Amino acid sequence: MNPYLPVLIVLLLGVGLGGILSGLAHFAGPRKPNRIKSEPYECGVPIVGERDKMSVKFYLTAILFILFDIETVFLYLWAMTFRELGWFGIGEIVVFLAVLFAGYVYVVKRGALEWD
Amino acid sequence: MGLTDLVALLSSDAAIQIIASIVKILIIVVLCLQIPPIMVWAERRAPAMMQRRKGPNRVGIGKFRLYGLLQSAADAVKLIFKEEVVPTGANKVVYHIAPIFSVFTAFLVACAIPYGNDITVFGQQISLSPIRLDVGFLFILAMSSLAVYGVTLAGWASNNKYSLLGSLRASAQMISYEIPLGMSLIPLVIIFGTLDLNKMVIAQSAFPWSWGVVRAPISFFLFFICMFAETNRSPFDLAEGESELVAGFHTEYNSAKFAAFFLSEYVAMFVLSALAATVFFGGWQVPFVPYDLLLKIAFGLDWLAALVGFLFLLLKAGFFMWVYVWVRWTLPRFRYDQLMALGWKFMLPIGLFNLLITALVVAIFDTVTRH
Repeated sequence: MNPYLPVLIVLLLGVGLGGILSGLAHFAGPRKPNRIKSEPYECGVPIVGERDKMSVKFYLTAILFILFDIETVFLYLWAMTFRELGWFGIGEIVVFLAVLFAGYVYVVKRGALEWD
Repeated sequence: MGLTDLVALLSSDAAIQIIASIVKILIIVVLCLQIPPIMVWAERRAPAMMQRRKGPNRVGIGKFRLYGLLQSAADAVKLIFKEEVVPTGANKVVYHIAPIFSVFTAFLVACAIPYGNDITVFGQQISLSPIRLDVGFLFILAMSSLAVYGVTLAGWASNNKYSLLGSLRASAQMISYEIPLGMSLIPLVIIFGTLDLNKMVIAQSAFPWSWGVVRAPISFFLFFICMFAETNRSPFDLAEGESELVAGFHTEYNSAKFAAFFLSEYVAMFVLSALAATVFFGGWQVPFVPYDLLLKIAFGLDWLAALVGFLFLLLKAGFFMWVYVWVRWTLPRFRYDQLMALGWKFMLPIGLFNLLITALVVAIFDTVTRH
């Protein structure tokens, strides 16, 4: 049996379950919508302004995440072959981490991680 | 097709494997559905205990109040029969998809945990984790990062500023803490030399001094902090921050859709607790009783031994679930800049150095023992 077959089964089951819950919300309860009720809830204050504006800090965090996450995945490969590579692998990874750490220090020094 | 043909078909190796995997998946999914009610109950009774009040203790069957355990069931029924209000201006498709996304990612991860050692059924070796992959470790990390999508989509689709702010905070927090989370687990891969979670449990053996927590204590420290941040739980529950953001990303969700988010949050908590138990506390291993001995005690029945192991895994995971509740009612919330600084400036460098030190120690140890 293909080991990824259960993944598909769980996926279908999970989507089904989520769908059932969403469907229940739609059909089981009463439905008496009116204009006031379906306004977005912002503490009763009349809604002003746009919702699509967000701080650029979040983009920066996302970009840094992608960089460091790819690096983490790369480290997993090294960790798996750790015993075969031995000291050679450690030497290589020290170089790799040194370069990475230099980048990290640069990011910190430029204040990319400061939240104000 | 005659009856004998049917029997022959069902007893073929592939059929047994497929039926077994469906049964395993159903058991785990049903188990996961029981977690939110129990945890909600615990989360009401525990603070009541800590604050010297009673908490919900009325709802029960007739005279039997069961310490209010059925309160959660009553709440579930109430949630289902509530009116669903979709906010005006919401992106309808995304709004309806987001809870589904949250639910299935939670279940995918829950099914990848090894719940016991392999057992033999009808001459077939069957592993007790519903999803058994050679790269189970990476699978869990990959799928748990998908949980960010549910949160982000929910917040964006509801056309509410509070939701959007909550989801932005939650997603930034989750991705930031995913890096130390991933990094904290690499030393374990180095030590045990496998990405297969069941092999990792076997390698830890039944004796606590060879468990992951003893061999890689700093990893456990990092993982423990990330557990709270990844599930947006107190003291890192800024995504909700009810005094600022109403309810964060699920402000506009109600009735059964809110229940779906609730479910996925608690399943995610269970998964991280079970993962902590699996990689740091010997998983299904019974402390001080090696598997061979356990098998002998269980009259040589491997399913009985597996059941005992399963209960011990639940016990270990249950402890961490309790810690979640405990911490929530003990520690105040972090400020957002403190949270991000902790993740990026403290945990990330520690994770890197932990990795290097573990690699050096393991390599030196290997070199010394080889000569």
